[in-house]
Amino acid sequence: MTEQAIPASPVEADLEVYGALVDKEPSKPPRSQWRDVWDQFRKHKGAVWGGGFLLFITLAVILGPYIWNLSPTQLDIRNKDWRPVYTLLWDGEAKAGWAHPFGTDQLGRDILAQMISGGRVSMAVGWSAMVLALLIGTAVGVASGYFKRADFILMRFTDLVLSLPILPLVLLAVTLFRQPLTSFFGSPERGMFVLIVSVIALTSWMQTARIVRGDILALKEREFILAARSIGSKSSKIIFRHLLPNVISPIMVSATLGLATAIITESALSFLGVGFPSDFPTWGKLLSDAVVRMQEYPERVMLPGILISLTVLSVNYLGDGLRDALDPRIRGR
Amino acid sequence: MLNFTIRRLLLSLPTLLFISLVIFLLLQLAPGDPMAQVPLTVPPEVKQKMREALGLGAPIHVQYFKWLYQFFVVEPSVWIDHLTANSFLLGWLPDTQLSMAIDPDTGLLVQQQRVISWQTRSPVMDIVIQRMPQTLWVVGLSYVVGILIAIPIGIYSAYRHYSLFDQAGTFVTMVGFSIPPFFTGPLLIVIFSVSLGWLPSIYDTTLVVNSWDTFKIQLMQMIMPVMVLALQTTAQISRYMRSAMLDNLNQDYVRTARAKGLKEATVVMVHVLRNSMIPVVTVIALGMPAIFGGAIITENVFKVNGIGQLLLTALFANDLPMVMTLTFIFAILIVLFNLIADILYGVLDPRIRYD
Repeated sequence: MTEQAIPASPVEADLEVYGALVDKEPSKPPRSQWRDVWDQFRKHKGAVWGGGFLLFITLAVILGPYIWNLSPTQLDIRNKDWRPVYTLLWDGEAKAGWAHPFGTDQLGRDILAQMISGGRVSMAVGWSAMVLALLIGTAVGVASGYFKRADFILMRFTDLVLSLPILPLVLLAVTLFRQPLTSFFGSPERGMFVLIVSVIALTSWMQTARIVRGDILALKEREFILAARSIGSKSSKIIFRHLLPNVISPIMVSATLGLATAIITESALSFLGVGFPSDFPTWGKLLSDAVVRMQEYPERVMLPGILISLTVLSVNYLGDGLRDALDPRIRGR
Repeated sequence: MLNFTIRRLLLSLPTLLFISLVIFLLLQLAPGDPMAQVPLTVPPEVKQKMREALGLGAPIHVQYFKWLYQFFVVEPSVWIDHLTANSFLLGWLPDTQLSMAIDPDTGLLVQQQRVISWQTRSPVMDIVIQRMPQTLWVVGLSYVVGILIAIPIGIYSAYRHYSLFDQAGTFVTMVGFSIPPFFTGPLLIVIFSVSLGWLPSIYDTTLVVNSWDTFKIQLMQMIMPVMVLALQTTAQISRYMRSAMLDNLNQDYVRTARAKGLKEATVVMVHVLRNSMIPVVTVIALGMPAIFGGAIITENVFKVNGIGQLLLTALFANDLPMVMTLTFIFAILIVLFNLIADILYGVLDPRIRYD
């Protein structure tokens, strides 16, 4: 019986035996999920442009008043009806100049300043209505997906709300409740803001609820939920710790859709003349005020219209890219 | 199939009742008194009597049931009477006179109590019947145009997946989704009426089409509103068509069809198209109410005096009976087209019927 050299430790023995299988270089650090999502997102050119434009518009309307500090409501009747500065390119005689790059309206208010403050309102309405709709939709979706008893009633209710005639009802609600809310909040702008945000949110949460419910129903049957339940986690803990983080991607996608609809609905209401009061510009309001004189000053219709469309287009592209980036089946292809 | 249809029909009744309840409660919850316009010189006891005459003192469920009766029995019967008496399609039927009732005092046939517009003091349903054809023409035609454009685009961009055409189509549909009708409308007016002067910017409803020239004018004035509405439809339906075609093009039965030597045109246009139409047809039916909603804005832009514009003017004039009737008509349209979509789905896809 020959004496065998006993290695110092079993690990070293393994290293000797399987040495050929060990990588010479250190392996790459593991990639996080969000890194993967970002890499996939960057491949979608439209989504990157959309996200960039949305960021730009949001920053522009937040920081705009500090950089361009003309008041949007200040009347300057001597300098009324300026054309935008680019008219000088083909018409040297035009009333235009860098003092008012986008021109002034029929009362001499600076259009650039109006655009900025109008964008503030439109974006504020869009973001807050979207957040509110997401909260309602997620709550209803989680409740009906997780609690079996609530499912039937909540989903029938969602179906019923889906078959409401949205635009007529919104118009009706806004006209009926304008006066009391205005007196309740003290100022017409604030009352109108609350009214429009809640009306848009109350009529656009249904899609989110349906998507979240579907995902929760599938996730609920997975092993990790069973594990969480078997160690005695409470329902609230399971929902907030385990279920919600897993449905964050469909929620994000429907958030972008919600933002787009909210901006369009607010502008449509302003356009139809049931939105904010007239000395309180929003993009839709600026557009509808300009329609009467669009033969002489087409740019006043075009500028807010292009801004609304570009914002909504960029949000839609962002949503498209997010959907691709957050879907693990598409990612990496 | 009949069983399936009846079941769906019964399911849609509660939906209609719920919507009517929402509209009714919205008006009940809304502050504001229908008697607010009555002068202050009217003594309180007279006011109280007027209140009772309006039915305002009655309990809320009694008011609701009376309202329901008005909307589900009286007003539809007025509509049926109109159809059988005056309309082109059903005018050959005998006059039904469903909305007439025998007056207990005189024994004569008189009209039942109607919903009266506060704005014009005439029955609401009569005005709606006058305004309906304009909306139906513009909306219906735009929907047909939209579908006719969308389906070939969808088919071709799915067949040439990721080609230049597909990319361009995706971009155009994205733009169609994003540009709201209240911008495309003025934009088209600026381009085609103001700059080029080709098309009229205002829809003239008084035009009577009786010759080739008037027909041409009618055609010209319909182009823009129809195109604005059709852009939205096209964007949506071509997306659905494309994804439905993509789902089907990789199926085994397509390979079988090709393997047995069928021409490519037959494979795509008969085998794949027929199976892809199932979801698209339901989307077409479901999209109909949304296009009526969009018509509110488009009618306002182009001054088409259809029911959308009627709703807006009634809203600004605080004409609540008119607003309620129109909102309810929109609701009925939604429920009706949901029902049609359901039934079509059952007809096209036999698997659905036996759930």
